Amino acid sequence: MNTFEYAPAPESAALVDIKSQYGLFINGKFVAPKAGKTFTTINPANEEVLAKIAYAELADVNLAVTAARNAFTKTWSKMPGAERGKYLFRIARILQERSREFAVLETLDNGKPIRETRDTDIPLAAAHFFYHAGWADKLSYAGQGDNPKPYGVAAQIIPWNFPMLMLAWKIAPALATGNTVVLKPAETTPLTALLFAEVCQQAGLPAGVVNIVTGDGATGSHLVNHPGVDKVAFTGSTGVGKAIAKAIAGTKKSATLELGGKGANIVYDDAPIDEAVEGIVSGIFFNQGQVCCAGSRLLVQENIEDELLEKLKKRISLIRVGNPMDKNTDLGAINSSAQLARIKELADSGDIEGAQRWSPNCVLPSSGFWYPPTIFTGVSQSHRIAREEIFGPVLSVLTFRTPGEAIEKANNSPYGLSAGIWSDKGSRILWTAKKLRAGVIWANTFNKFDPASPFGGYKESGWGREGGRHGLAGYLKGDN
Amino acid sequence: MRIDVMKTYKLFINGNFPRSESGRVYEILDSKGKFLANPCNGSRKDLRESVVAARNAHNGWSSATAFNRGQVLYRVAEIMQGRIDQFVAEIVAQEGATPASAKIQVQSAIDTWVWYAGWCDKIDSISGSTNPVSGPFYNFSIPESLGVVAIFADSKPSLLNLVSALAPVIATGNTAILIASEKQPLCAITLAECLATSDVPAGVVNVLTGSIDQFVTWVGSHMEIDGVDATGLSKKDLVEIKELGSENLKRVHSFNEAKSTKRMASFMETKTVWHTVGI
Repeated sequence: MNTFEYAPAPESAALVDIKSQYGLFINGKFVAPKAGKTFTTINPANEEVLAKIAYAELADVNLAVTAARNAFTKTWSKMPGAERGKYLFRIARILQERSREFAVLETLDNGKPIRETRDTDIPLAAAHFFYHAGWADKLSYAGQGDNPKPYGVAAQIIPWNFPMLMLAWKIAPALATGNTVVLKPAETTPLTALLFAEVCQQAGLPAGVVNIVTGDGATGSHLVNHPGVDKVAFTGSTGVGKAIAKAIAGTKKSATLELGGKGANIVYDDAPIDEAVEGIVSGIFFNQGQVCCAGSRLLVQENIEDELLEKLKKRISLIRVGNPMDKNTDLGAINSSAQLARIKELADSGDIEGAQRWSPNCVLPSSGFWYPPTIFTGVSQSHRIAREEIFGPVLSVLTFRTPGEAIEKANNSPYGLSAGIWSDKGSRILWTAKKLRAGVIWANTFNKFDPASPFGGYKESGWGREGGRHGLAGYLKGDN
Repeated sequence: MRIDVMKTYKLFINGNFPRSESGRVYEILDSKGKFLANPCNGSRKDLRESVVAARNAHNGWSSATAFNRGQVLYRVAEIMQGRIDQFVAEIVAQEGATPASAKIQVQSAIDTWVWYAGWCDKIDSISGSTNPVSGPFYNFSIPESLGVVAIFADSKPSLLNLVSALAPVIATGNTAILIASEKQPLCAITLAECLATSDVPAGVVNVLTGSIDQFVTWVGSHMEIDGVDATGLSKKDLVEIKELGSENLKRVHSFNEAKSTKRMASFMETKTVWHTVGI
């Protein structure tokens, strides 16, 4: 059979104007950090420097929290919900207008394919603002009493895997419920948050309602421990989440935590195989597998293992790895050299512990951070690659014989964020969904997100939900 | 003159009434300083055994129908109704309350069971939702029990606080380890005797007596305890249990109100299910 090569179809980087240097966004203005320290953010697909970023220290965090407090007491908490909502609607619309710019910037800074930022990250971020805008004057219907109150100042720390989408998940509900915000984007992906600051200016959002401080873990720690903060919202690793829970134990701060996962994707022998293969691929290779809810453990019924693996390998061989700015790219760059090292170390443990590795033939670019799509078969539950979150394009394949065994293996994890079920039998799907200890369950689909749909984990995958009516609870007093 | 038969107050673990495996007891006095009883000074091993019992009981209790759980909770109220005099005597002795106010407390406790009995098959309708997502999916969120919850209830009024904490926890399918008030534990043990005779399956509720300070450390660091109702803890103990509990991200909550849907919802997890729609 003849194969047709794809011609390059790169999106234009000229769509976005990246400044050489960015300040901190405090009280409605970009300001230089007090100590004048900066760090750089690079494009992980080619390691080129994109911009110099301000490094916020305690003095800067103090200013941001003070600005948020003033905005809360003087403006935002006094404003009727309907008016707050209008600002959120404005932000949603501006994000839609400028969506291509955001998509390009996100791809350059994060390394994920333009197809994903264009079709998923940015449209969902805008949708999140639109959804929550409508809640701002309807909070008495949120299930938190007739007259629910905001906490005050929310400290929000987000990860690098979905920079703009996580920003929206954090800021939209916080503002809709009447809180003000100090947000710290991830060290390696600050650019879209700083572009979002411009959107806040364009929307005329009152100064201090949204503040953005850039930096590293130390900056985040100053923010979490700041006595002027009432609410902490964090998305990231379970290790840091536990440290935050401990740090705020002696305070009145409330926390929402969205942490790690080791999602089981269960394929029964009556599943529609071709659809399941697509779901397995999107479950583990979406965003290079750098997804807390990734379907990183494939649990396949033993009698269809060979058939499924054959089709899966064929499908994985068609994945296009390379330039994230190319519209045909499926798998982009790993976000950082540190993350790549982590993926390599864990995947190598799969070899050492006796699992069988398979990757398609694919040529990886010479610069930047890359990892090929990889599956391990013959994985047992005790292997590190079956227990630990890899956060990369690495799938561990395990088998089961009975539905009971599938449940036991799926639930055998301190995590409980997501799971997938593939079957043609409705009663089996609902039975399985009921038995799984996970906060988000996808039946005959995977990795779907929506602002109306609550997201969050059981067990050590976190505290609270984000999205939907349930997500509002984390930002309204009385919820605890 | 007839000499009264004094009661031996024991622990309640997995449906049985053992003494502490440690063999330890401690003395409690009534409100006038007179000897009242020698309840067990529960050990870490007693707690561990309670957690095993609660964990094993969770699957059955949480998958019982909500209607069934409601009937079991109602049955607890029925059994307590017949024991009003005993509870009143204990409350009077321990709290120094008047018989009249003690009786009101017991009646309120019984009514609290009735209130939560009626909630078992309704809380899901209140806390759950269907979610209008953009796409061909049926998407719904349902609340589920958290798992094993440890309870430190406020000591006064001793019985009402126990029931106000315990009923919402088990109404939603959780199993519980009730740590009795250190100085006023009698109602907790008598409550256990009611639970043992009212269709509550073994292990669903376990009752321990002893040193609160020790239990705080042991409960906080136990990795199989999912949640804590810390309403009865001092500020210092609350901080300790939250710090220790961060290791497995325990859900630790304290409450002001005796009866609320929040007391139930706080120990539930929301599960959201997406299903494709199509032909």
